[in-house]
Amino acid sequence: MEKIQITLNINDKSCEVMVYENDTLLEVLRDKLDLTGSKESCGEGACGSCTVHMDGKPVRSCLTLAMEAQGVKITTVEGLANGDELSDLQQSFIDHGAVQCGFCTPGMLMSADALLKENPRPDDKTIRKALAGNICRCTGYTKIVEAVAHAGNPKDHCLDCKSAK
Amino acid sequence: MSNLNPDTNREFDVIGKRIPKLDAAQKAMGRAEYIQDIKLPGMLFGKILYCKYAHASIVKIDTSKARALAGVHAVLTGQDVPKKMKMGFYKDNPPIKKGKVCSFRDEVAAVAAISPEIAKKALDLIEIEYEELPGIFDPEKAMEKDSPLVHEYHKSNVLKLPWKLHYGDVEKAEKESDFVVEEKFTTQWVTHCCLGTSGAIALFDSNDNLTIHTNTQIPSLAQKDFLESLKAMGLENKRVRVIKPIIGGGFGSKLDTYAYEHIAILLAYACRKPVKIMFDRVEEFKATSTRQPTVIYIKQGCDKNGKLTFRDMRMILDNGAYTSWGATTPSVMMMPITSLYRVDNVKYNAKCVYTNNTYSQAMRGYGNPQATFAIESTLDMLAQKAGIDRVEIRRLNRNQPGDVTPQGFKISSCGLSECIDEVEKELTIDGPKEKGIGTGIASLIHVGGGARIYKSDGCGAILKMDDYGKVDIFTGGTDMGQGLDNITAQIVAEELGLFVEDINVVHSDTDVCPWDVGAHASRSTFVAGNAALGAAKKVKETILEYGSKLLDADPKNLVLKDRTIFVLDDPEKSMPIDKLLRKAHFSPQGKMLMADFFYDPDNENMGKEFKGNMSVTYAFGAHGVKVKVDEETGKVKVLDYVAAHDVGRAINPLLLEGQVYGGVVMGLGYALTEEVVTKDGQNMNANFRDYKLFTAKDAIRIKAPVVETYDEYGPFGAKGIGEPGCVPTAPAIANAIYDAVGVRIFDLPITPEKVLAALKEKKSATTKI
Repeated sequence: MEKIQITLNINDKSCEVMVYENDTLLEVLRDKLDLTGSKESCGEGACGSCTVHMDGKPVRSCLTLAMEAQGVKITTVEGLANGDELSDLQQSFIDHGAVQCGFCTPGMLMSADALLKENPRPDDKTIRKALAGNICRCTGYTKIVEAVAHAGNPKDHCLDCKSAK
Repeated sequence: MSNLNPDTNREFDVIGKRIPKLDAAQKAMGRAEYIQDIKLPGMLFGKILYCKYAHASIVKIDTSKARALAGVHAVLTGQDVPKKMKMGFYKDNPPIKKGKVCSFRDEVAAVAAISPEIAKKALDLIEIEYEELPGIFDPEKAMEKDSPLVHEYHKSNVLKLPWKLHYGDVEKAEKESDFVVEEKFTTQWVTHCCLGTSGAIALFDSNDNLTIHTNTQIPSLAQKDFLESLKAMGLENKRVRVIKPIIGGGFGSKLDTYAYEHIAILLAYACRKPVKIMFDRVEEFKATSTRQPTVIYIKQGCDKNGKLTFRDMRMILDNGAYTSWGATTPSVMMMPITSLYRVDNVKYNAKCVYTNNTYSQAMRGYGNPQATFAIESTLDMLAQKAGIDRVEIRRLNRNQPGDVTPQGFKISSCGLSECIDEVEKELTIDGPKEKGIGTGIASLIHVGGGARIYKSDGCGAILKMDDYGKVDIFTGGTDMGQGLDNITAQIVAEELGLFVEDINVVHSDTDVCPWDVGAHASRSTFVAGNAALGAAKKVKETILEYGSKLLDADPKNLVLKDRTIFVLDDPEKSMPIDKLLRKAHFSPQGKMLMADFFYDPDNENMGKEFKGNMSVTYAFGAHGVKVKVDEETGKVKVLDYVAAHDVGRAINPLLLEGQVYGGVVMGLGYALTEEVVTKDGQNMNANFRDYKLFTAKDAIRIKAPVVETYDEYGPFGAKGIGEPGCVPTAPAIANAIYDAVGVRIFDLPITPEKVLAALKEKKSATTKI
């Protein structure tokens, strides 16, 4: 199989990379571009750890071919923060204890970020539905759901929003 | 939050604060380095070939084609493994098998190549001829005389392990009991499902010293295992450095060393290059170890007032084909069996039996969930038989501070009664009945102050301070996402009057960190916490000595707070701590402040009779749940869940809640959905679509009231809380289902099919009458 040169736009930077036709976007991100924030946990689209955005929509990068990612804006977890300045959602994950082992965190953040862009004030049920494709084994989800609900939208009753102030 | 000890209302600056996990930001930015993310120069990729039968003789292996493939550096088979290289405490498990295979996960060959793809291609080129042998998959059948033997040399499928105890007189107590319940329960294989799959990178230096980056919860014991492997390889007196990167979940899965680690070592030695082995998800399901499945026979009795008279339990544990820590779970099962509630007469006998199934390991709760499922389910049945309220029977028999249980456990602090109160406060257990809706309650006891299962239950800490008021603390303890980094930093910051951001916690590198028995038995906060506290106290003493000279004050009258040392009754007299440190350093006979401390708790190894105070203190809890059972489909919906725990003191309530929420949801999976499905030893659902974990959509918000009993031995009064969350979940659910629709399920997980079948049976029984 021949390698092909493609151009990808990742986190607002354009990069040229040599790929095989069957390379997944996740493989290219992790192995060729050293963007290791996106994680592989199942490799078959069942756990959500590899979620990235293509033109703002969450996709499973383990099921997306790198070839298919040409001509769109790709955002990975590394692109959520502005330099070292965390996004409201990232900060909320930290403040609410939504990060334990952290392996699901990048994918969770990308799914939640896409939801909040569409619906900045989602209710509990909407959040749980939007995150249903992202598996977490550590947290029991409670703190993740809170973190999403309170991102940029602190609540007076929430101890973690309070202690973050 | 209720605090039972009025003397402990001391104001803290850092202890008890909701401080976010110290590595959360790097994890949320995608910058945390897991084993998946580590690349070393010249690194090769290893892959393992597993066998195709549950039980077979290996007639012939031909690796010539694999060896000839371009890019392949080494191919190993069982012939290349030194005879003495065996894993597990029973030493029955070579990392690559030869002669015969005894389970589908048996390793038969391994390859190292310049890319994972070439390594995989090489595996496909290995030709093996097998001769299939009859397999045995049911542990009770495996105990029969004419059963095929899993290991002929062992002469019997029953392992030679001593799991047997009898305190008091169970036979007499049974005769004298007014009510007795006798039942059989079964529990399934479940697995940890760490999101980060297993992996290791091994490399040797030019003097044959090994460095291994590996996912482990036991850096020091893993080092010992690897040293033994090196010795078996003829490499005596060599050094082993174990480095644990950030790991994507532990839950007990990383409490033993696995074949892939030893194979990485063999390959790295054969190639003289770093070799990385990474599991994919299918391998993670098939080739890592499960929770021990059990067959449980239980008899419990009480007198006419509901006081427990005896408990008699017998278990058969499916050991699988090899032996890891799963076979020692009966030692922890003994804890709820002898000591959950007051019961004087207890008997227990467990047999671990070889089969051609997968072998088991440690998993959060370490046998306690299985035993508690049977105990708490039959307790409800006993209450019903005796006509006593189910909350009342628990109150009546509750453990209390000062108790010594039949096994010799000294109950120092105990908030079980308060935990039951909290459950009742949050959830009406016996309210008006709605159709299909029911409530259930179940309690727990667990080790909360270490667990002396190994010869040492200790942990070391080394603390050093720099010229700027910053601390590096090197702890033996392991963080795996649970938050030991925070606990260590908070304890040290509190003791030294510093801020958490002043404390750098270094863990999980055996070259720089002291010894620790491992992150297990909910022991890290208690044991590693006490080690950190001990080191901080020593340094504090030196700071106070200097402070006494510099501020001309009695050391007893000095306080460390907000990075400053000051005189208590004359706060104007003060000095920044960093300035004090520089004065100490840059003066004649200068001194830099550092200290070490090794904390080994005052708990006891259990002797032949399994008597002894295994843990310095015990954690207690009570869980209450409300469920709705759909009688048409058998589906159980969890409506409300309260998990109240006696934690001694919450050092960090934010992380504590995370442990409880995560534990409970893991327990809900155990109760309702999770099961490794096997057919004749083969894993049939090695993926996240068919192995049913709770998702955000299935889980609910859990209430986690905290009872603080302030344990006198715990660091700032704290006890462990890592495992309890998943211990009484299954019986609480089973009891709630019974309350809702009048059927009791004895076999986990409680699937809709089982509920429907039980409802059908109940209906036909009612019709007959």
